[in-house]
Amino acid sequence: MSACTACLRRTWLLSALAGHLETERARIGELLRLEDARLIAAVGGARRPQLEAAHERFGEPQAELARARIDASAMEAICRCQRGYPESLRDLAAPPAVLHIGGAMRSADLMDRPHVALVGARGASAYGTAVAHSLGAALAASGVTVISGMAPGIDGESHLGALSAHGLTVAVMPGGADRPYPASAAPLHRQLARAGALVSELPPGTAVRRWMFAARNRVIAALAEVTVVIEASERSGSLLTAGLCAELGRRLAAVPGPVTSRLSQGPNRLILEGAALVRGAADVLDLLYGVGQRPAPADGRPALSAVQQQLLDAVAGGLDSAAALCARGIGGSRCLAELAALELGGRIRRAAGGRLVVIP
Amino acid sequence: MLARVTTFAIEGVEPRTVLVEVDVRPGLPAFTIVGLGDTAVRESRERIRAAVLNSGLEFPQRRITANLAPASMRKAGPGFDLAMALALLAASGQLDGRALARAAVFGELALSGELRGAPGALAVAEGAARERVARLIVPADRVREAGLVEGLQVIGVRSLGEAAAAVTAPDDALPPTPPPPARRRTGASPDLADVRGQPLALLALQIAAAGAHNLLLEGAPGTGKTMLARRMPSILPPLTRAEAIEVTRIQSIGGTYRDGLAEQRPFRAPHHTISAAGLVGGGSPPRPGEATLAHRGVLFMDELSEFSRATLEALRQPLEDGRVTIVRGQHALVFPTRFMLVAATNPCPCGYAGLDGRCSCAPADLRRHQRRLSGPLLDRLDLLVNVERPTEAELRAPAVIDSAAAQARVAGARERQRHRLRESDARCNGELDAAGVRRFVTLEPAAARTLGDAYDAGVLSARGRQRVLRVAQTLADLDGRDRVGLDDLLTALSLRQRSVAGERVAA
Repeated sequence: MSACTACLRRTWLLSALAGHLETERARIGELLRLEDARLIAAVGGARRPQLEAAHERFGEPQAELARARIDASAMEAICRCQRGYPESLRDLAAPPAVLHIGGAMRSADLMDRPHVALVGARGASAYGTAVAHSLGAALAASGVTVISGMAPGIDGESHLGALSAHGLTVAVMPGGADRPYPASAAPLHRQLARAGALVSELPPGTAVRRWMFAARNRVIAALAEVTVVIEASERSGSLLTAGLCAELGRRLAAVPGPVTSRLSQGPNRLILEGAALVRGAADVLDLLYGVGQRPAPADGRPALSAVQQQLLDAVAGGLDSAAALCARGIGGSRCLAELAALELGGRIRRAAGGRLVVIP
Repeated sequence: MLARVTTFAIEGVEPRTVLVEVDVRPGLPAFTIVGLGDTAVRESRERIRAAVLNSGLEFPQRRITANLAPASMRKAGPGFDLAMALALLAASGQLDGRALARAAVFGELALSGELRGAPGALAVAEGAARERVARLIVPADRVREAGLVEGLQVIGVRSLGEAAAAVTAPDDALPPTPPPPARRRTGASPDLADVRGQPLALLALQIAAAGAHNLLLEGAPGTGKTMLARRMPSILPPLTRAEAIEVTRIQSIGGTYRDGLAEQRPFRAPHHTISAAGLVGGGSPPRPGEATLAHRGVLFMDELSEFSRATLEALRQPLEDGRVTIVRGQHALVFPTRFMLVAATNPCPCGYAGLDGRCSCAPADLRRHQRRLSGPLLDRLDLLVNVERPTEAELRAPAVIDSAAAQARVAGARERQRHRLRESDARCNGELDAAGVRRFVTLEPAAARTLGDAYDAGVLSARGRQRVLRVAQTLADLDGRDRVGLDDLLTALSLRQRSVAGERVAA
């Protein structure tokens, strides 16, 4: 079973028009709703006759070629004419014609569980990455599929959290799903290929362009029942995803943060405007299943000694480095040992610059 | 007629015996020097001619051939002047050739016949002691330096004439070898007592000194990383006599020799714009680099991520082997580089990583910064410690510890290691390789369990595990125990490197 010729033609057209769409990316949502002939007419410009001819020529042989390429990339292609196509995507005005799925998971795995998207800034703070990691891990452990976009920061940490809990996680990619984007995400891309799923609307090998991010965001918003914005500045793309959620009638949630942090401005405002407030995985599970229906997995972390509790409180209270903690109260070597115990116990993590961050 | 005398060339930091042969026979007047000398050696002809004539001696108007043997070794510098001049005098019958053949000489000639000191007198004296020559004649201002080597008669002379006289003088007419200078007093060296607060950094400094672990200090600008590093030599064990000779010899060759035997362990802090050759040695003729000048001491690399990639790569061999080999044309030179590396870095290019909103670095800058800091060099850095500026209260409080107390703790831990490692090549925990760690580091059951859990959870890489074990063993040694307890292990885990974003297991 693979995608039908008409849908493959549509996908081919989108990649052939990639450059044209780039110049018109301000109204990409509107353009994606146009059917093939009108799309060519709208953005084809001088190349319109050739594109129309090529579109006319795209038949069974070309479709076979596209299927062969998808197979060669060890991917599965499922089109909107088929039964296994995610129903949630049909809520979109312009559902992706074909979903290219790479990695260890298959289309069937993708469908049968609830989905939660964790999205946010690339340049996330230590607080944001810690929250993303632990939410990703706890949700995945509760049997939720964690969706995100593989970028560094919030997205990457959400995936890593889910992977660390041996749960299911899906990266929805802007370009071809066989291409890590950005290039620095290559290690995560490999991990997801082994244990998660890599999904894209565009065929393997497609180079990333800016319009594809907006297109990708609509897929994330539609796939997930709940979207959680963890950290995002006022002008972040994650807020666009949040806007799409509202349009699609999906639940929107956000993790609050300090009012002084630029990165928490986005989520704090979303909460003000009515998004659900998320303090931990339990709040997200309540949104999915109803309050108290599905408790979060038990905290498997070892109990705290008095000294450890004292240290944890100090870290939460702003003494967030080993140097600062050692300088007050508990003596040097003792303090270091307790900090390592807290770290191994999953209570704190060490971020850039030796900052300590409490894991919620 | 033919005459011979022994002198020494310095290859790297090692003295190599050079036999100077001068042959004088009838023929058209000529003076030829053979034996792979450089320009300074060829120019010796003019210095020798003028010096001999200005000393009131005769310069033979015959065919003169000087050979510097072994002829296959390149020789550089003016240090062969005196040897060739004396051999010329002997070959022309103005000096007793048999007495000259039993001596070793070293020095550069001025046109007036006076002697100038050439660098490396201590290395020459070590060579002379090895060759068992009867007496070593050196320029007067180098006699105390050469006198540091025991069991050698060293004669300091001011001119070519005095040197000629010293060759033939009977033993009892010679001035006694001057007593070696008292150990050098360099005045007050920086002391840990100057440091206020910083209990964590002080602990890390002691651990590093006790186990000879390389140390990485991380902290924002102005938190005192350099101040701490400068005090590292003061808590390392004092130099042994053999080590002091090694250090002094390098200083003598490198041109930083003052007077007397080195007392303090060297501290070198090259700027981050240094070239690879400047750091590990090089040039023509090859000169010791900062890594060699820091031999038996501390090499401090501030702003580690600002050093060029090539420079950091060049540090690999010196760090792993304790020496660096420089190959030039037909021969290879070996410079010793057994130093402790103390590196310092900002957590990110702007220095404020992790402080929300204060860090102004782009993600790409952060990645570049971290990439610079990853790789083989980090494998050799056992300890990572976070440094913060002391609080106002700490600045007013008395010092936490002084260097003497810290040095005593370090010495105790070193003694314990020496005893445990007596059957291995390593002298300190920091020098243990994988096999050494397996053989000499024993864990209590609770520690072994925790280590296994941490490793299985992906907190540690295989190399990171070794680094943690080495440090944990040093912590036990500092505490006077042989077996690594749970607290030692946890403390070591806290001082391990952080994983780099995107690759979970880097520590």
